[in-house]
Amino acid sequence: MKKIFQYTLYDLIRSRWTLFYLGFFLLLTTVLLAFSGDISKVVISLMNVVLILCPLIATMFGVMYAYNSREFTELLLAQPIKRTSIFWGQYFGLGVSLSLSLAIGIGGPFLFYGLFATGEIWNFFILIANGVMLSLIFSGLAFLIALRNENRIKGFGLAILTWLFFAVIYDGIMLLLLVFFREYPLEPLALSLSLFNPIDLSRILILLKLDISALMGYTGAVFEKFLGTGLGITIAFFVLLFWVGLPALAIRRVAGRKDF
Amino acid sequence: MILRVLFLLILPLGLVAKTIDVCPTCAATTIRQGIALAKTGDEVLVHPGTYREGNIIIDKSIILKGIDGPTVDGEDQYEIFTIKASGVTVEGFHLVNAGKSTLKDMAAIRVDHQRHFSICENKVENAQFGIYLAYGFDGIVENNELKSNARDEVSSGNGVHCWYAKRIFIAHNTIRQHRDGIYLEFTDDSHIVDNRSEGNLRYGLHFMFSNRDVYAYNTFIDNGAGVAVMFSKKIDMLYNRFEHNWGRSSYGLLLKEIYDARLEHNQFLSNTIGILMEGATRIDYRHNRFKRNGWAVQMTGGCIDNHFEANAFQSNALDMVVNSNVNNNTFNGNYWSEYTGYDLDRDGYGDVPHRPVKLFSYITSQTPETIVLLRSFFVDLLNFSEKVSPALTPANVADERPLMQMPEI
Repeated sequence: MKKIFQYTLYDLIRSRWTLFYLGFFLLLTTVLLAFSGDISKVVISLMNVVLILCPLIATMFGVMYAYNSREFTELLLAQPIKRTSIFWGQYFGLGVSLSLSLAIGIGGPFLFYGLFATGEIWNFFILIANGVMLSLIFSGLAFLIALRNENRIKGFGLAILTWLFFAVIYDGIMLLLLVFFREYPLEPLALSLSLFNPIDLSRILILLKLDISALMGYTGAVFEKFLGTGLGITIAFFVLLFWVGLPALAIRRVAGRKDF
Repeated sequence: MILRVLFLLILPLGLVAKTIDVCPTCAATTIRQGIALAKTGDEVLVHPGTYREGNIIIDKSIILKGIDGPTVDGEDQYEIFTIKASGVTVEGFHLVNAGKSTLKDMAAIRVDHQRHFSICENKVENAQFGIYLAYGFDGIVENNELKSNARDEVSSGNGVHCWYAKRIFIAHNTIRQHRDGIYLEFTDDSHIVDNRSEGNLRYGLHFMFSNRDVYAYNTFIDNGAGVAVMFSKKIDMLYNRFEHNWGRSSYGLLLKEIYDARLEHNQFLSNTIGILMEGATRIDYRHNRFKRNGWAVQMTGGCIDNHFEANAFQSNALDMVVNSNVNNNTFNGNYWSEYTGYDLDRDGYGDVPHRPVKLFSYITSQTPETIVLLRSFFVDLLNFSEKVSPALTPANVADERPLMQMPEI
């Protein structure tokens, strides 16, 4: 698995798209830092970008890479290598290359502008951690979709739809549910619904760091208890980790059964 | 005229005042003795030491002055000073452990139906009510430091408590951990200037049925809520700071059933709600700054004739919530950091009106739980589409001339 991971990683790091992705984050962060000069504000603006862009790029990239490396995969499958090693190697290579682009793209300019001199190091860490986890989750989902669908067009469509679902549609449904059932105590529902969407989870983690917890606490005791304490952050973080593990396990299952 | 000359001639006779010293080795060893020896206009100087004398009643017009902060202990059961004469000054004492009672409001210093008092430079610790002015008129409360340890609203009292007081000047005091920092009920024509009210359980400053008062240059930090102005008329609120009144159902300023007020040059920073209004009528808001609040302004029922001009709304989670139709409230020439319009004629005002009430703020006012969706992409999309063609949010809440640049405040 290590060998395949390395090959995939080197292959991707040299790819134009990874460089483009890296360049985009470098440019965005540098421009934001240069224009505002206030590190904490830049962290906040980047949070929104990370929430939307990381999943989208990871999805597109994941599905693209899985289809493009199909011949290579078939070649590998002919060798005496475990399927898990092949697919996990490719998946982690992909996830790590995306995460590296993100971390270097955002971290580089921040270091240059003196991140350690400010008290924003924790916020910065949360930002990067969320970006990395979202990249892993969505590249995993994309990989999974590519594995399950031979038809490329269908695969691409499904991948986009998955991103759209988690980024937009899910929140729409949630909003409708909350408004529709507003006569009932909704706090547990609102909280548990957010746990099923990694993007919502990351958003809430970030909002908690932005000290909006009290704003949420305004609505009631359950929110305050969950979001106003370390408990909320801990649970959200672990559920997000669980979300990272989920596609990896599913990839193993699907790859093990698939007939190439 | 003749009367006035006569008065001036007689005046020096009254000024032949004695000074009486109180200390363990002086002629008067207790404050009570000192007061008993004094005549109108005398000065009683209390030297350092600890005095435990129960309830000390000041029934003459004297100046009672602590030298280097003598401690007067109420032993948790007595009201310390009760002022029962006009023209009394109490200055420079360190008052500790005034009595606490659930039957009677006990204070460290009480003024009872008197005029022309002056309570200055005292330090009050661990009192239920700090300074209690019942029917006090024309008095000064200045440079005092009050600190209590209020735990719940029922058993605690207010720092400075005014009840049927008139023309009081409350300035440069620091009040911490009481129930209300300063409480005014039926208190008219008073000035509250440059006080610091911090960490009080309920309000930093609380008006009930009080008219024609001014409060200016005060700081309200970390209170249950910053200031509550209720059932009052003609209040001027100038140059105050409302900071970090943050938490569940907390706000910087509550305006409830208030008429003809003026709010200018105030700073609302990091409050859960900057201003919460309910039945606020004929109020002018000018040159105030709202920065990083959860909600900058929440307007609930029955607010008429509120005029917002030249205020700055910066980076609030939600600038404005209006939960009913808006009657004759106007917004003109404010700065909104969320404004996305342009200024082609370069007159400093945006060419497109700004609508501060977003669809999402409307939704959260209906279903508060939806706040978990704050800043999500879907909500941004919703807000955007609503902005393009308002359907649900009140169309008449708009700033026709939004400022392009942040004004100096």
